[in-house]
Amino acid sequence: MELKTFKRGVHPHDGKELSNKAAIQVLNPEVGELITIPMSQHIGAPCDALVKVNERVLVGQKIGESSAFVSSPVHATVSGKVTAVKAALTPGGTMVNSVTIENDGEYEAAPPLETSGDYKNMSNEEIIGLVKAAGIVGMGGAGFPTQVKLSPGPDSKITDIIVNAAECEPYLTCDHRCMVERGEELVEGLKIMLKLFPGSKGHIGIEANKPDAIENMTKLTSGISDISVVSLKCKYPQGSEKQLIDAVTGRQVPSGALPAAVGCIVDNVATVMVIKAAVIDGKPLTRRVVTVTGDAVNKPSNFEVPLGMTYQRLIDAAGGCKEDPAKVISGGPMMGIALFDTEVPVTKTTSGILCITKKAAEIPPESNCIRCGKCVEHCPMGLMPLYLNSDTLAGDMDAFIAHHGVDCIECGSCSFICPAKRQLAQSIRVNKRAAMAVLRAKGGVNKNE
Amino acid sequence: MNKLVVSSTPHIRSNDSVQKIMLDVIIALTPACVAGIILHDHSLNALITVAISIIACVLFEAGFQKLAKQTVAVSDLSAVVTGLLLAMNLPETSPFWMPIVGAFFSIIVAKQVFGGLGQNFINPALAGRAFLLAAYPTNMTGSSAFTAPRFLGAVGDAATSATSAAADAATYATPLTTLKEGGAAITSSDIINGFIGNVGGTIGETCAVFLILGGIYLMVRKVISWRIPVVYIATVFIFMLIFGRNGAGDFMGAINELVAGGLMLGAFFMATDYASSPVTPLGQIIMGFGCGILTSIIRLWGGYPEGVSYSILLMNLCVPLIDRFTEPKIFGEVKKK
Repeated sequence: MELKTFKRGVHPHDGKELSNKAAIQVLNPEVGELITIPMSQHIGAPCDALVKVNERVLVGQKIGESSAFVSSPVHATVSGKVTAVKAALTPGGTMVNSVTIENDGEYEAAPPLETSGDYKNMSNEEIIGLVKAAGIVGMGGAGFPTQVKLSPGPDSKITDIIVNAAECEPYLTCDHRCMVERGEELVEGLKIMLKLFPGSKGHIGIEANKPDAIENMTKLTSGISDISVVSLKCKYPQGSEKQLIDAVTGRQVPSGALPAAVGCIVDNVATVMVIKAAVIDGKPLTRRVVTVTGDAVNKPSNFEVPLGMTYQRLIDAAGGCKEDPAKVISGGPMMGIALFDTEVPVTKTTSGILCITKKAAEIPPESNCIRCGKCVEHCPMGLMPLYLNSDTLAGDMDAFIAHHGVDCIECGSCSFICPAKRQLAQSIRVNKRAAMAVLRAKGGVNKNE
Repeated sequence: MNKLVVSSTPHIRSNDSVQKIMLDVIIALTPACVAGIILHDHSLNALITVAISIIACVLFEAGFQKLAKQTVAVSDLSAVVTGLLLAMNLPETSPFWMPIVGAFFSIIVAKQVFGGLGQNFINPALAGRAFLLAAYPTNMTGSSAFTAPRFLGAVGDAATSATSAAADAATYATPLTTLKEGGAAITSSDIINGFIGNVGGTIGETCAVFLILGGIYLMVRKVISWRIPVVYIATVFIFMLIFGRNGAGDFMGAINELVAGGLMLGAFFMATDYASSPVTPLGQIIMGFGCGILTSIIRLWGGYPEGVSYSILLMNLCVPLIDRFTEPKIFGEVKKK
């Protein structure tokens, strides 16, 4: 079979063998365990807490909401008494106002969202309303509110819905296991999305290192004419929105534009699955699948957990660590966030918890750039990271902008491949923020990140 | 919980390193260098020249870094590569002070004063060679610099055997010098001798077959791309086929130009020097093309019999400009209005 892909990119060791055979285990908190739910788990305005201390909340009860357009409500994930409403540490390293619930072990559910379950006879407004009410955001990591993505505006003609099942981040296997074990939900979710855009085609882009997922999804979609499974060559960063669209459709999203500009909407596996749960079953987003893995973990696992359980709790459930991990990462090793504390809650965007040993966590010393050009050869955006790095170090903002620094997607391929171990992506990331501020001040930027 | 390391992404790095790249270059150069030492008549002198050149380069590099209070980074092996390349560009009869002078110029003048590894704008080994060529022309290319190869005539036909008798104890001109002075038409044995290195020339430039194999090794290991060497060699071939010494269409003559002289050494190992070649794909093609044109012009109409070194050095100077004008098209590039 011909495998599709995008240009350039890198091939890190995927480490998925640690957990890709581990079936999803449902993991629930103990009675009395504290569940912490941040009021901001998404891009956009944070929610205001709707509950007070000592109030009893039910599973699926809305506990946070904002009136802003770009925002997403949050729901209680267990039943029990609210013990605190105050700022708490999140995986992103920031303090965010959070509701803490003491699990009473009853799992008493709040009434479901109002839905007929028959999406074929629902209007787009009803479907998108349910997606919003369920608090669905991009669960691959970005956390962009899904209802906003599904409302691209009247000027955009959406022709292709792409399920991001590349899971190109090494080590992560949560999407993989979902497709193998719960593929039906994914297909239903995709059908709902296709209903929103009549005439559009659905594509499920899966990297070739997940043959069982490709097989299962192909089987499940065999009778459906407008959904196809696209096998992708295993390459990082294929799960980057722009790269995935290029791989699947051959279209390039113009610099500074959104996927809708080329008629595409991209959502990750977990997101599409919860769209099904929301629209058909009326269930808000309260649980997700998280991969706990890494060379330091005893029993790499995939858990389905209520949001709000702590990372440490999941690490313990995976048999704890063989040795004290030197680094714990929220997400994958290429773009995940290194944590300084594991007592942080699982959020809507937690796809994995990666614990790595001292040896693997070593940061190699930087040496001179030897101009080997590997960063240029591998940059998926066609940039010249060595020059962006030297522009950054020289403080030459004009040159940085002229070298298209703001188009960097921060995938880290350049730093990964650099034989001189230079901190390319790291420096470019910092300067990109400054460059965008400069451009914004000049009124000349149209970036959406 | 113990203290956790917090750093920016990515958290994993490839196994590649500068040292591994340099080691690959050394591995790729060694067969041609060993063959050169054996096939030349003054093997011992050649071997000592190589050893002195490498040691001198490493010592100059370490000494400079020590004096400049920098981290001594000779373990990256880049100085070893420079030393090896410099020696391979010297004649087998080099007096022993010559590789030391060359190493000084290569490492100190061409490389370290411009900032060290990756900052040199011309190939250090070639800079050293060019300096020696200008300062000590007799030792570098004089009539007694090159001697007949050890096994001259062994593979050749009757005609070459005849010359071998004449050249027995005396000196020997490199194939390109012979051509410059209006040599006879090229026969297949000339090409075979050039290919296997059974000709006169600098220590490392003669054994074309091992240089090609070394170049292929570097391409397979993804240390270099095909662009510069293939375009360089193809350009010389086509140029020579059109404007050859014996008129257009001299196929044998054009093939001979590829195996004679330093083209293979230059194309695979010198023009591809990272620091002094373009990083953009199109730029690399321009680099190979420019080197090929200049080499051909110097060989055909220039004052020197050989033009590889100066072509590469001249093109080195154009690299910043080439990089600037061959920036790759970015993903989703929007035309400026």
